[in-house]
Amino acid sequence: MQFLLAEGARIGISLIGVIGLVSINALFLIWMERKVSAHIQLRPGPMEVGFHGALQTIADALKLIGKELITPEDADKLIYLLAPIVMFLPVLVSFIVIPFSPTLLIRDLNVGILLIFAFSTMAVLAILMAGWSSNNKYSLLGAIRSVAQTIAYEIPLLITAMSVIIMVGSLKLTDIVAYQATVWNVLFQPLAFILFIICGTAETNRAPFDIPEAESELVAGFHTEYSGMRFAIFFLAEYTNMFIVSAVATVLFLGGWRGPILPPLVWFLLKVYAIIFLMMWFRWTFPRLRFDQLITLGWKILIPLSLANLILTALAIKIF
Amino acid sequence: MTAFIKDTLIGFWSLLAGLGVTIRYFVKPIVTVQYPREKLTMSPRYRGHTEFIIDPETGSHLCNACENCARTCPSNVISVTGVKVAGTKKKRAVTYVLDYSLCSLCGLCVEVCPTKALKFSDEYRLAGFSRQDMIIDVIARLQAQQRALGLPEEVPPVPEAEEAKTEETKGGEGES
Repeated sequence: MQFLLAEGARIGISLIGVIGLVSINALFLIWMERKVSAHIQLRPGPMEVGFHGALQTIADALKLIGKELITPEDADKLIYLLAPIVMFLPVLVSFIVIPFSPTLLIRDLNVGILLIFAFSTMAVLAILMAGWSSNNKYSLLGAIRSVAQTIAYEIPLLITAMSVIIMVGSLKLTDIVAYQATVWNVLFQPLAFILFIICGTAETNRAPFDIPEAESELVAGFHTEYSGMRFAIFFLAEYTNMFIVSAVATVLFLGGWRGPILPPLVWFLLKVYAIIFLMMWFRWTFPRLRFDQLITLGWKILIPLSLANLILTALAIKIF
Repeated sequence: MTAFIKDTLIGFWSLLAGLGVTIRYFVKPIVTVQYPREKLTMSPRYRGHTEFIIDPETGSHLCNACENCARTCPSNVISVTGVKVAGTKKKRAVTYVLDYSLCSLCGLCVEVCPTKALKFSDEYRLAGFSRQDMIIDVIARLQAQQRALGLPEEVPPVPEAEEAKTEETKGGEGES
């Protein structure tokens, strides 16, 4: 009985904490994205609502809540309703294993990194559901593109993660952080880090890999027909995905919460947001790839390089 | 194989070069202004509507209502009236009104002015809701500028008592 109570409290508190983090993170990231894009284009960005437009996203979110939820007439209603939920739930699950600091983590699972990769792949299923059920050619095209590009970036993503994992010898995220007590993995695995960032950008469907949404070609891709809060949930999931990919990159390559002077949590968030800034910087620098270019990049460059990196790592571990 | 490696490296380098360009722009100062709160300073050669130059000696305008500008204007934009000022033999402008909606910004009025009384203003917010908004009273504008500079405001000159002969000219012979 006491066990159940304790676990119940743990689940409740974790859930509230995670949802709070997800919302605040998304609000902040949307504002940050607008500021970064604006400054790259020599504009000030949002300036009117709050200090330097800090409350702009809250105003936008309130507007979105007030919008009508439209369901297209011939949509597959059940799948149409489920898609945003399927998009968002796996994102929440990934937070279970992310170590924010030595003490602040929900569950230290043995399969940590595997859990994150397994669930983050479900986003593709959600995109396919949304695109298929909308009964709209642009949505369907976006969904098809998303599924087709999955293999091109997921395989190198997993292989690069694997080269870190065989160095550490554990899937546990706390073990991976512990391994980097003196030297960060990025110094041993610079190539893997670069490949991971590239694949991570593709994983979050962001420019230059935003082929499934491709504003200028497909209206909004798979979420063309979504409006109001359902659209907002897709948006929320996208930005939370960015956070998770960056958090995984931080844990795998940048020593997790390790760092001098500042508290561990601050270090962790600093590194995560630095990687997110890098991804935003990519978005406002590179034009969108054509589809065959993405497949070429994935199959001809990322996969061979990541395989070579994996073999080298394995050899090095065997020799030393 | 070597071609593949070369392509990959060159491609990667070009990506880094692109990132370098954007980060340099990221730290550059912003060029956009928050329009209703901030205004651009126009370049010295900007041509708005005409206004009076404030003469540093008298702190007022130099117009003697000769009406050269009104006669030169190809679009009949300018209406000037002037009076002979009491005590002197000189005329002085009492009203100077532009119908800016007709103006083609040719600048002949500024060129022809014998006393160099006119210049182009840097006013660029010239949109209006009616034709009346396009009628610009240059004397009133001068008074506002004098107020802003803390100078004594332009007062209508006292006409010569006897023959207060006000010459009115609507630039050219008008409406025909």
